[in-house]
Amino acid sequence: MSDAPEWLKHAKKHMNLTPYLAGIGGEIVEVGTPAVARVPYSDKLIGDPETGVVHGGVITGLLDHTSGLAVMVKLREPMPIATLDLRIDYMRPAKPHQDIFAECVCVRVTHEVAFVRGTAHQGDANDPIALCTGAFMIIRGGVHGIPVTPA
Amino acid sequence: MSGYLSGDPATLMEAIPYCRHLGITASVKDGALLLTMPFVQHLIGNPALPALHGGVIGSLLETAAIAQVIYETRPERLPKPVDITVDYLRSGRAVDSFARARIARQGKRVVNVHAEMWQEDEAKPVAALRGHLLL
Repeated sequence: MSDAPEWLKHAKKHMNLTPYLAGIGGEIVEVGTPAVARVPYSDKLIGDPETGVVHGGVITGLLDHTSGLAVMVKLREPMPIATLDLRIDYMRPAKPHQDIFAECVCVRVTHEVAFVRGTAHQGDANDPIALCTGAFMIIRGGVHGIPVTPA
Repeated sequence: MSGYLSGDPATLMEAIPYCRHLGITASVKDGALLLTMPFVQHLIGNPALPALHGGVIGSLLETAAIAQVIYETRPERLPKPVDITVDYLRSGRAVDSFARARIARQGKRVVNVHAEMWQEDEAKPVAALRGHLLL
């Protein structure tokens, strides 16, 4: 469901241009609750050359990115955010040759800090690859890097 | 045993495609493993600052943890991460990054590892990781 604030609706295209996300071939699927991003399987993401399993860092990267997006969905105006900490629990290795999705929800926003829960899966959120818990600093009065008008 | 697990750390990094994508290299300096990640544009998460992506920082730290465990325990398979916690201490700037890890506790099956990443000054870490790996 897209419950994103007006300023963020225009930002999806720009946010897909984030160099790291573009570099791993990832894309934002849903700017809403939950926030969803996807990365298709590709050889350059492999962490175990024997099995073809994707590197844990890819999961971390996708969950971090999607968690940040989930926080922004809850902000009424653009403000920079910074990851304070991120915990990832790896439930099982990602199956090779399948897309990986991250679905994150910002559970609570206080004046300074936002709290996020997220799941990485391969199509079935009830069979997760990884779970994440993150805390983000909200930098009120900071300069946001995302253009808030349509490109 | 796979060749890349028994050889030198540089060979290990070259054998892992995602480490090649991030440009991570490993060397042994004064008997300790050191990971280096030269700055390249596709590591950026926030172009406005500019700052490294949090996922890149987590990836470097997790790689340092895995590499350290391989270096010290010479396992037959690649150690699998069970859980990791990354504390982000400073913004990662658009410069070269370094990381190293140490084993805090090694059990029969599980290893507890701590890793740190820094840029120009090792005394000012950018991020720190604690985690468990399954041997």
